[in-house]
Amino acid sequence: MRPLTVRRLLWTCGGLALLLLASVVLALKLGAVPVSVTDLVLDLGRIAIGRADQLPSEYRLIVFDLRLPRILLGILVGAALSVAGASFQALLRNPLADPYVLGVSSGAALGSILALIIAPRFALITPLGALIGAIATIAGVYFLSRRDGQLDSTTLLLAGIICASFFSAIILFLMTTLAGRDLRGMAFWLMGDLSTPVTPAIQWIFTVGLVVGIGAIYSTSADLNLMLTGEREAIHLGVDVTRVKLVVYVCASLLTALAVSASGAIGYVGLLVPHVVRLIFGSDYRLLIPASALCGAIAIVLADTLARTIVSPTELPVGAMTAMAGAPVFIYLLRRGLR
Amino acid sequence: MSAPNTFARAAGAGEDRAGQERTLRLNVEQASYAYSSGEQSIPTFTLGATSFQAHEREIVAILGPNASGKSTLLRLVTGTIAPLSGRVQLDGEETSRLDVRARAQRIAVVHQESPIVYPALAGDFVLQGRYPYGKALRFATREDIEIARNALAQVGAEHLSKRMIGELSGGEKQRVILARALAQKPRLILLDEPTLHLDIGAQVELLERLRQLAQENRYTVLMVTHELALAAEFADQVVLLQSGRCLRVGTPAAVYQRDLLEQVFEAPLDVEIGPAGRPRVNLRARRGEEIT
Repeated sequence: MRPLTVRRLLWTCGGLALLLLASVVLALKLGAVPVSVTDLVLDLGRIAIGRADQLPSEYRLIVFDLRLPRILLGILVGAALSVAGASFQALLRNPLADPYVLGVSSGAALGSILALIIAPRFALITPLGALIGAIATIAGVYFLSRRDGQLDSTTLLLAGIICASFFSAIILFLMTTLAGRDLRGMAFWLMGDLSTPVTPAIQWIFTVGLVVGIGAIYSTSADLNLMLTGEREAIHLGVDVTRVKLVVYVCASLLTALAVSASGAIGYVGLLVPHVVRLIFGSDYRLLIPASALCGAIAIVLADTLARTIVSPTELPVGAMTAMAGAPVFIYLLRRGLR
Repeated sequence: MSAPNTFARAAGAGEDRAGQERTLRLNVEQASYAYSSGEQSIPTFTLGATSFQAHEREIVAILGPNASGKSTLLRLVTGTIAPLSGRVQLDGEETSRLDVRARAQRIAVVHQESPIVYPALAGDFVLQGRYPYGKALRFATREDIEIARNALAQVGAEHLSKRMIGELSGGEKQRVILARALAQKPRLILLDEPTLHLDIGAQVELLERLRQLAQENRYTVLMVTHELALAAEFADQVVLLQSGRCLRVGTPAAVYQRDLLEQVFEAPLDVEIGPAGRPRVNLRARRGEEIT
């Protein structure tokens, strides 16, 4: 017996946080304009003591005004998607579940396209439309899959998949009939991309949403451990299953909605990261949730750095990178796990 | 319904075979239930008023063919559904009024084998039984680990604690699941078709273990089954159900009557009383030839 202790939890998360820091430094350093690590560390130190004005302006623009916000957004998106994926895998008791399985991303995409058609000139219209579309989908799928006041996992999965494919069909229809309009950015966005800058206000909303969402899901992590062995079993072990399902469904969907509104539907991270973490650290959700958040952040930061540099100066959407790297990693882990 | 129940009380409770003091644990009194698809529609299944009592150290078998109401009765006892009439009390408390946590501290349920989605160590699985006693995130205390270890020892499965659940055989898995139930420190253990996926050797082993555990730890064991032979051998009391009606309650010897069993299970059966006073059931071939 090797039950999870607070000590092991803190050590693991601390180690992963250091790894995340290392990948952030790496991401700041690499790019079309090379930067030395020593300079970076010194400059980060200067910023920390509030003397950012001493930095050379061109350098400051590239590293701290262009690269850093993008990295921070990547961290938020990666953490949100991975935690949402891990949560849906427990909620639906299905290892194939990812953040998009319940149609949130399709709803968000449809919302943003409709918003672009209605008010193309309004700057923040894409993320706003995406958020509204995602929330409408969350509510719709929820009411479709409620039975006697209970969320039924199988119905939830079916309702989500149906909504997702219905929205995708509408998106295809709109993109075909409106081919003349400027929807090029749309395709890029459907793939998942971090290059669109977000305003500090959105970044703040996102950060608060992320902390609240992950916190709420984490408070149910002991319950999720039991729900993995079956809902009836969980009830007989004293879990308030109805409440846990509601909390996890709403929070995981909102995390997905936030991530998708900011960066489009970045694939594979939400599916893969929880599995990798499970293989390395075990399937205890009290460790799995925070470790997934940190590993998801690391994965996106590294994938985005690759996407920026691999065919530099051209930039790939990060979604293309995660999909290309994700599939082989997944197959490797699957084979290794089987042995 | 009242006639068989009066009979039941006379035959079932009150006797004192082992000469031990017997405290009443479970009191099911005229409990009934009906399922329906909507509030106004006609019920699709009803369980008529059912009464029986179970004492500590007692093994009660709920017996009946498919769709006889066994699982409904089990759900009434666990308190996940509340009876439409009558009451179900455990140590004087209505089970359906207890909150989930309090219920889990008193009643442990062993289901038919359920699929394990993600791999888990058997030891960690048994620790789940401590959930109803833990604080918010349920980090295991030393006491929890000790209790889980004892529970594994009680079912003779200490050596399995570091094995993955998915790698265990049917019998081993059933023992680990039983250990988790014991780790809940319950007063009442409910088993839903516990012998379904077990071979005959493992079936007998499980039931002998249950009998021993019930004696040592004063558990009351309630077991849903359609294994006539096992119930006859191991149960102190039998509740016989058919199509949502409680037909008989009593000792196996009192309930196992050839005409009654043949009618309920729709099979030609022979019943004889063995040397220990327990009935034996044999399947009789249609031509009168015995095939056991």
